Amino acid sequence: MIAELAHFLLILSFATALFQFAVPLIGAQSGDADLMRAAVPAAFAQFLQIALAFGLLVWLYLVSDFSVVNVAANSHSQKPLLYKITGVWGNHEGSMLLWVLVLSLFGALVARFGTNLPLTLKARVLSIQALIGACFLLFILLVSNPFLRIPNPPVEGNGLNPVLQDPALAIHPPFLYSGYVGLSVAFSFACAALIEGRVDAAWARWVRPWTLAAWMFLTSGIALGSWWAYYELGWGGFWFWDPVENASLMPWLAATALLHSAIVVEKRDALKVWTVLLSILAFSLSLIGTFLVRSGVLTSVHAFAIDPARGIFILIILCALIGGSLVLYAWRAPALKPGGVFSAMSREGALVVNNLLLACCTATVFIGTLYPLVLEAVTGQKISVGAPFYHLTFVPMIVPLLLLLPVGPMLSWKRADVRGAIERLWAAALIAAIAIVLLTALNRRGPWLAPFGIALGLWLMAGSIAELIERTGFAKLSLAASVSRMRRSPRSSLGMSAAHLGLGLMIVGIVAVTSWRQEVILSMQPDDRAAIAGYTVRFAGEVPRTGPNYTAESGRFTVDANGLEVATLVSERRLFQPGGQTTTEAGIKPFLSGDLYIVMGDALPAGGRVVRIYFNPLVSLIWLGAAVMFAGGALSLSDRRFRIGVPLRRPAAAASPAE
Amino acid sequence: MHRLCAISLLLLWLTPALAVEPDEILSDPGLESRARSLSAGLRCLVCQNQSIDESDAPLARDLRLLIRERLKAGDSDEKVKSYLVSRYGDFVLLKPPLNLKTLLLWVSPFLLLLAGTVFIIWRRPSKPPPLRALTKEEEQRLRDLTRQ
Repeated sequence: MIAELAHFLLILSFATALFQFAVPLIGAQSGDADLMRAAVPAAFAQFLQIALAFGLLVWLYLVSDFSVVNVAANSHSQKPLLYKITGVWGNHEGSMLLWVLVLSLFGALVARFGTNLPLTLKARVLSIQALIGACFLLFILLVSNPFLRIPNPPVEGNGLNPVLQDPALAIHPPFLYSGYVGLSVAFSFACAALIEGRVDAAWARWVRPWTLAAWMFLTSGIALGSWWAYYELGWGGFWFWDPVENASLMPWLAATALLHSAIVVEKRDALKVWTVLLSILAFSLSLIGTFLVRSGVLTSVHAFAIDPARGIFILIILCALIGGSLVLYAWRAPALKPGGVFSAMSREGALVVNNLLLACCTATVFIGTLYPLVLEAVTGQKISVGAPFYHLTFVPMIVPLLLLLPVGPMLSWKRADVRGAIERLWAAALIAAIAIVLLTALNRRGPWLAPFGIALGLWLMAGSIAELIERTGFAKLSLAASVSRMRRSPRSSLGMSAAHLGLGLMIVGIVAVTSWRQEVILSMQPDDRAAIAGYTVRFAGEVPRTGPNYTAESGRFTVDANGLEVATLVSERRLFQPGGQTTTEAGIKPFLSGDLYIVMGDALPAGGRVVRIYFNPLVSLIWLGAAVMFAGGALSLSDRRFRIGVPLRRPAAAASPAE
Repeated sequence: MHRLCAISLLLLWLTPALAVEPDEILSDPGLESRARSLSAGLRCLVCQNQSIDESDAPLARDLRLLIRERLKAGDSDEKVKSYLVSRYGDFVLLKPPLNLKTLLLWVSPFLLLLAGTVFIIWRRPSKPPPLRALTKEEEQRLRDLTRQ
């Protein structure tokens, strides 16, 4: 009964979405305010219906109702509670339902917090949002229904892939989807603006917080995914240039570009045509990512679906939405009036370079991901595009961007004094130069490029701090005066400094771990020792252990530094019931200088174990950097300017946050 | 980064982390290091974009052993690679070779960058209009405004 009720709610939400698409749009075209106002309750209703249906699916998982195909195929009565819940989106049907849930949530948030939007714009935005929702709800109802029954229900379910039974991976999809789908708001705003034929500073101010929120979710979703890969896949890799990872990187790069170009629209009324296109492209890349992952066109650990009918359906949605919006763009964009002019050497000029390079980086990832698929479809020839390709194409494009990054915020709008800007960065340049000299001297045997990579990260960090000092007058004014200036400076610019600082941290982490990772692979008997990076690792032996739904062989390792015991690590081989799949849990101890990473491998015929010991220097900086970037985004999002709307309506709108 | 990595392999004997088993490791550190950098560029055919150096699939192990056999037999790196390509096709190479079919793959990112740069320079609005003095009417309006 519950499954049928949820199924019915989904059908209802599809009807609501159609209503929300058609009625407000007709209202906006004919100038009927009542029809336009219908968008808001419709958006709430659509969200409520999908949320209820989703809640019921969670309930079916909690009570292990194996008469439902989806539950029987992906759950098990003995699974821990957390994984019963997260198992809901650990499969194709459930994850698509989560996708539309997040989509309708964003629609409802626009309806709730967009009180300062002009009526016609709001009606059109919610209408486009509902169109996207209707497409995907139809997809779910026709080919991806999670509420179908089995005629002869099994006694026990199949269980969830044990690799996916992990806290970080459990929350990774909701974050990633919030990012993917959050970009739909920018898309809807772009389409609505094209229909209206009007893009101005106010439009950019409305779009930015939504893009920023989506960007933050994407950042954390990608970081969580790579962190999971780092500790779960058992050898400490954190990025593989896997098509599924690329599918999330492309929208992230596009969203980053959009965040920057929207600033130019907001401050200077320029780059409007490009920013609208970027809004469309960013969400299109999200859709393409969803298609790549969900259609089964790729086969990897992430792709659970292999039914081609679904792939074709998503492809049709994809072509309709992307094609439709691009046609709208081609038709209406020329009507947008060009805005302010600026000299090449200005903040705007710097942001144009930023956008050019970010767009080319995005295109590189896009080409690298899709080229093999197209080539195989056209010629039947299979090629692989792996990390070496991206190191020769993506890296040469991102490095100039990073090199120029600290200069941009130092430039003033419209026309800038470039020499002055560079002079203000002398301290940052000095730090980078010292780092190159010192590291090269210390690492005479090491990779000669590594010091330059580290220096690049330090240049970013020092550059963003220099910008902060410059803005607060820290070097010139008294401490009290500069603190008060810092408190008064807009949070969005503090957020920018933090995000750039975080990026620098991440670069240092990536370069350090790729250049100076150490490794020992050996067979160890209990009590054997191995030396790595100044630590002595002793294999203390193994004991059997029983977890909630697995049995494990649990290997203990003690770690000595300078004769003192500093840590005990546990690495496990887990055998999951049911299914009999095994996973390996690495033992990881983060030290200040890096992570000690131990994996207990197969048992040897003569007793003992194959043991892999890695030292990953400064690797935590990668995720610390992502966290700082996320915090920078949050700081920016809390900026007062985003909470107040059109100046005319300031008194009424001041209380309603735009987020 | 890959180059960086490859250089570190050659100079430090520090290697990125992997699924290599102790019994596979060659006693000659020079050969072993060549084997490692070779396997980092070869795809584990049954995996998703993982190199045979990273994968613990049985096929990856077979390929790692095969590479080491060929190296011990005195093959050059290039010879080992072309042997594997003759067996498995270009699919085995993580770095696609530059040929007619992959030309677009390799050059289009840079062509796009070039096209974008040209487009921006070409479309850049001509220099901002030069500053000029206010006209009489404008000055009058300004005075009116500031008086209020």
